[in-house]
Amino acid sequence: MNTLQLQAEAPAVHSRVAARPPDATDLRLLERLHGDFPLSDAPFADVGEELGLHEADVIARLRRMLDDGLLTRFGPLFQIERAGGCFVLAAMAVPAERFAAVAAQVNAFPEVAHNYQREHRLNMWFVIAAESQAAADDVRRRIESVTALQVIALPKEREYYLELRLPLVP
Amino acid sequence: MNLTSFDRSLLAATEAGLPLESHPYETIGARLGVGGAAVRSRLAGMLDQGLIRRIGAVPNHYRLGYTANGMTVWDVDDVQVDALGVRVGALPFVSHCYRRPRVPPVWPYNLFAMVHGHSRSEVEHYAQQIRCLLADSVRSSDILYSTRILKKTGLRLGSAG
Repeated sequence: MNTLQLQAEAPAVHSRVAARPPDATDLRLLERLHGDFPLSDAPFADVGEELGLHEADVIARLRRMLDDGLLTRFGPLFQIERAGGCFVLAAMAVPAERFAAVAAQVNAFPEVAHNYQREHRLNMWFVIAAESQAAADDVRRRIESVTALQVIALPKEREYYLELRLPLVP
Repeated sequence: MNLTSFDRSLLAATEAGLPLESHPYETIGARLGVGGAAVRSRLAGMLDQGLIRRIGAVPNHYRLGYTANGMTVWDVDDVQVDALGVRVGALPFVSHCYRRPRVPPVWPYNLFAMVHGHSRSEVEHYAQQIRCLLADSVRSSDILYSTRILKKTGLRLGSAG
C-alpha cells in the first residue's frame, strides 16, 4: 500500500529577511519562472534566451535564491486532490500554557502539513494531508485523543482561486 | 490514489525540486531508467490532468518582504457566497480563496481569503476592499494574523510497504 508522507523542513520565522536581497534580474527571473517552465531538452537555456541571460546565469541565480531561502522550491507542484488525496484545514483553541507541548504533539503527526500560530481564540491552524477523507478524519480524531482538545475541521467546500502570485517586479 | 507507479516515482524523484543543470529531465529519467523525453511527456500529461498545478519557482514570500499574512474570514450570505467568492478570489492581493463550513458557535465564517502584505496596515487596507465588494452580503468578519510558522512540510508521496 502506498501512503502519503510529509517531510518536515526547519520552521521558518516570518520576520526574517534575506541576507542578499534579490536584484532586478532575480525578480524578472522569478516572474518568468512562476510557471510554464519549458518541457524542453535544455529548459534553463531556453528561459535564458527569452530573458537575455546565459543558461549558467539562470542556474546560478536559481541556486543562490534557493540557498538564501528566497525560494522554497523549484519544480513541479503536485495537486494530490486530483489524485484522490485530501487536505483538511483544522483549528484548535490551545491554552497558552500548553501551546508548545500541543504544537509538538500535533506536529509529530506526519499527516500534519503546515501548522501556523494565529492571533485568535482558535490559535493553532494546521492542514491535515491524507490519502482519503476517512484517513483525514482518523488523523483528526487521533489528534483530539492525544491532546484532549477539540479539533475543528474546516474542509474546503469550494475553491475560488488558489495561486500565490505576488507582484515581484514593480 | 489513482496514480501510476511511474507517476509516483516521478513525484518522488522531483519532490525536492528539479535538478539545476542543463538537462534536468534527462537526469531524472536516468534515475528512473527512462529517457528525458518520457519524463517530459508524462509531466506534460500530469499538467493536462491537473495532477501538477504548475512547474516553476515557489517563492518564500516572507523572505521577499511580504511579512504580514492575514487570513481574512467572512460570514457571507449562502445564496451570494459563490458569486462573491469568485470576485474576491480574482482580487490581485488574494492568494487563496475558499468556501468552508461554519462550525457554530465557535466559527461563524464561511468565506476565507488569504491576504499578504508588507505590513498589517496594508493587509487591513486590502481587507477593506474585500468588505466593499461583499457589501451587504457580509454579516461579520475577522482577520487572523499568523504569528509563527510551527511546521511547514514539503509534500511527499512515498511508497511505504
